[in-house]
Amino acid sequence: MRVAENLNAALHRALAEDPDLHLLGEDVLDPYGGAFKITRGLSDRFPERVLSTPISENAITGVAAGLALAGDSAIVEIMFGDFAALAFDQLVNFAAKSVSMYGSRVPMRLVVRCPVGGGRGYGPTHSQSLQKHFVGVPGLALYEVSPFHDNADVLAEMFAREEPCVLFEDKVLYTRPMYEVAEPFRLDVHTPGVARVFLDERPDCVVVAGGGVSHRVMAAMRSLLLEEEIVCTLLVPSRLYPVGIELPPGTRRVFVVEEGTAGGTWGAEVAHEIHRRHFADLDGPVTLIHSADSVIPTAPHLEAAVLVGADDVHRVIRETLRG
Amino acid sequence: MTATVTEAAVAEGAPSDEDLSLLLTIRAFEERLLDLFGQGMLNGTTHTCLGQEYVPVALEALLRPEDHVFSNHRGHGHYLARHRDPEGLLAEIMGRRGAVCGGVGGSQHIRTERYLSTGVQGESLPVACGVALRLRRVSPGALACVYVGDGTWGEGGVYEALNLAALWRLPLLVVVENNGIAQSTPTQRAMAGTIAGRAAAFGIAHERVVGSDLAAIRRQLAPGVEAVRGGAPLVVEFVTHRLGPHSKGDDTRPAGELARVRAADWRAPYAAAEPERVARLEAAARARIEAVVADVVAREPS
Repeated sequence: MRVAENLNAALHRALAEDPDLHLLGEDVLDPYGGAFKITRGLSDRFPERVLSTPISENAITGVAAGLALAGDSAIVEIMFGDFAALAFDQLVNFAAKSVSMYGSRVPMRLVVRCPVGGGRGYGPTHSQSLQKHFVGVPGLALYEVSPFHDNADVLAEMFAREEPCVLFEDKVLYTRPMYEVAEPFRLDVHTPGVARVFLDERPDCVVVAGGGVSHRVMAAMRSLLLEEEIVCTLLVPSRLYPVGIELPPGTRRVFVVEEGTAGGTWGAEVAHEIHRRHFADLDGPVTLIHSADSVIPTAPHLEAAVLVGADDVHRVIRETLRG
Repeated sequence: MTATVTEAAVAEGAPSDEDLSLLLTIRAFEERLLDLFGQGMLNGTTHTCLGQEYVPVALEALLRPEDHVFSNHRGHGHYLARHRDPEGLLAEIMGRRGAVCGGVGGSQHIRTERYLSTGVQGESLPVACGVALRLRRVSPGALACVYVGDGTWGEGGVYEALNLAALWRLPLLVVVENNGIAQSTPTQRAMAGTIAGRAAAFGIAHERVVGSDLAAIRRQLAPGVEAVRGGAPLVVEFVTHRLGPHSKGDDTRPAGELARVRAADWRAPYAAAEPERVARLEAAARARIEAVVADVVAREPS
């Protein structure tokens, strides 16, 4: 099963199991089924609760927040995550704050889905990874789709938090298979919500990465193993924020990989958390690996030069460990 | 689509003791709040509704318990008309025990039962559409009422929400308190065209209310509010007057303009028509608010 199918199945199941759940977004109705076809089949099956909206990200998110405020559950599809900037006020100043600013906890079952990331030539306003812009908002939790987490579980967890959540979906994952790792690596659950890709031997370093770059990191792990005899363990959390990463015992080197561009990154937040808890155990500070400080260009050669790739991951890990 | 009533002050008979008391209680509350600010006893900021008290008092008779009300930064009158709770509101503003929202929200972020206010202009309209969507499904006949100002019409979210409300036939009542000024900016310097024209662009009915006679307002608005309950959204524009500053001590309007605004105050015609009753109820309202202040000031922090 591909990631897109897993996500679509998760949405079908969520709408079937929760009669108060609504899904809103632009062009989500059948037969179109959303710009990336993630909502395919939903409006035919749940016509009263799958609502196609005008091009109004502010209002869509506000309506979803209103449904949540009144006791329903809601999922918003932002067609391209970049457009979540238009919903920033509703999400940050209303939905997230409503959880706590009225003195007693107000449950807000609201998920905003944001397809993000480049690699498809959509250019500067349709290719960003916006995770970093949403880090550190009280009452707002951030998740990222990965090939290693069943999205039905992820959706259930987000709604169980009863606070607004943003689900980032790297577009390059949609066509990737679920639960597939490169030989000779194996996959298991490290801690609840955190997948681990590993070898049995003791790793030289731990790589923490969001699901969207997991294939790039796995490609680098394979080349580092074969060419440099460097052994890496990859940890992929489903929840990006609040950060909840447990390092395996004996970890001495940590890298954080993300597609977001340089400056104020999610990785910096992860690094801070790891330094706070494990600084004395590490051989050096956590190393951040991310895209360049740039807009995401359209032309393929220019885009590839900006976005973090497997070769960047390989190079930085080799240079950091071997000098 | 646009309707207007005349500027009759007390054309349709005297208000009830209850209505008059509520009007005067809101006024006493707001005036006392400015006093407390002057004495340095309040933290942060506040926005009083002096001059606009009659708007929520008039509407309260048209609202039902199952309706939701969304308010804004200038919301004390909206809250007091709906919940008659000056103790909880003052405690919220002062951060004392018994505060409606534990002192977290303060003057412009209040939530209780089906009442909610937020401090960002235009933000509550889309939210109210979402609530209206649920009401239509689980509580047919109930509506979502949103108070906004004339300045709020500068926000894009207003138009996104009006579009949805019309498209989806949501039970949404938008109440515009057009007091002619947004903080320090006169409406004519911020708004091209009219509120009526903007409502008409969406095919949404618009009622323009001039004057402060409670009975006349209720008579004018009753059919439209009833239609909202059936899924025909409505914009009600009150031509009203802000007697006080935007927040505190920040009124830059010239003396002539202030005199004109004060001359339009709803209180004067009521006092002229029934001086003894107004004086009696006003004294009672002020005494009540004095007692509330004495009580809340003595309370421990929230």
